[in-house]
Amino acid sequence: MALNWKIGGLLLGLVFFAAVLLVKPIGVSTQFVILDGIIANAVNPDLVTQTADGFASTNAYLDKYAKSVANPLNYGFVFVLAMAVGGLLSSLARGGLSRAERSSPALWRGNFGDSAVKRYVVAFLGGFVVLYGARLAGGCTSGHMMSGMMQTAVSGYIFAAGAFGAAIPVALLMYKKEAIA
Amino acid sequence: MTSLLLALVIGAAFGAVLDRVGASNPSLIGKMLNLTNLNLAKTILLAIGVGSVLMFGGQMLGVVDVGHMSVKSAYAGVFIGGLMLGAGWAAAGYCPGTGVVAAASGRKDALFFIAGGLLGAAAYMVTYPMWKSSGVLEPVLGGKVTLGAVPGSGIDAVTALPGDSLGLLLGAAFIAVAFTLPERLVSRPSGHRHPAE
Repeated sequence: MALNWKIGGLLLGLVFFAAVLLVKPIGVSTQFVILDGIIANAVNPDLVTQTADGFASTNAYLDKYAKSVANPLNYGFVFVLAMAVGGLLSSLARGGLSRAERSSPALWRGNFGDSAVKRYVVAFLGGFVVLYGARLAGGCTSGHMMSGMMQTAVSGYIFAAGAFGAAIPVALLMYKKEAIA
Repeated sequence: MTSLLLALVIGAAFGAVLDRVGASNPSLIGKMLNLTNLNLAKTILLAIGVGSVLMFGGQMLGVVDVGHMSVKSAYAGVFIGGLMLGAGWAAAGYCPGTGVVAAASGRKDALFFIAGGLLGAAAYMVTYPMWKSSGVLEPVLGGKVTLGAVPGSGIDAVTALPGDSLGLLLGAAFIAVAFTLPERLVSRPSGHRHPAE
């Protein structure tokens, strides 16, 4: 099961420190925009174009990310791909997940039953709201909350207030039954 | 090239640690957020504290490059977006990073989360001009600011306090809160308790 919080917190803190020591603070949600850009640019090659001084996009928001879309082999994008590799290896090393757990987590099953479809719909809608919110906020749990508060960034505290301000009531309403997990 | 190698190493370490602390397990996220099991909250608080103490301590000793700091801007949308992310985080049990790790560890629901996330990010791209013209993206409290003035960072601060000492102190405070926070705040969630508990 999950690591003891003292060891887990220390390891997680060391990773955040290593990132800022060697490169820059960790952030993830921007890479969803980059992947969207890569996909959209494959469909419509006019979306991101090379200009005299770099890259530009016809989409106002994507413009500042045009260079990363044109060149996916950059630090931020590779970082997120590597996170998946690390997560996979760690999960395999501890024996992987049960079949039931792979379609929906125990707490969900304890509260809403075994229908995987219901779970997938909520996961999809949740993903939509999470990434829409993260882009509006300019960062997510990693970039704003962890990296931000670690650096005493005012924006990190504002973000955490909003995130927990909504997350705790929603969780209290949705997950009333406990489950073994 | 070095930067890509660092991305691989730090990224993989981050993914593996998120898996090990249980941050990519929606059951543990749900139990943290419904306040019945705060182990993950203690993990996160300790991590922020450790990161802060090492970074600011390292800066004061001159072994950590202040220039690596990167502070995001503060604006009303940070709070509004935070509320949205929080609601989705609680409902789905994933945030952007943990969703990726969960999908890689074999969770199929996390693939749906990522698909929804890609659509949500695309929807933001399309609706960005509306937010831009609404004014909620305009900086507040000075925009990209820290709580204290961090020497040599070139980043503005909301107070005149020494930012590195303040960072060290706040880091210690995060660690202290991690240690004093109880295992759970809600003794029993309303509704039925699982018999096996």
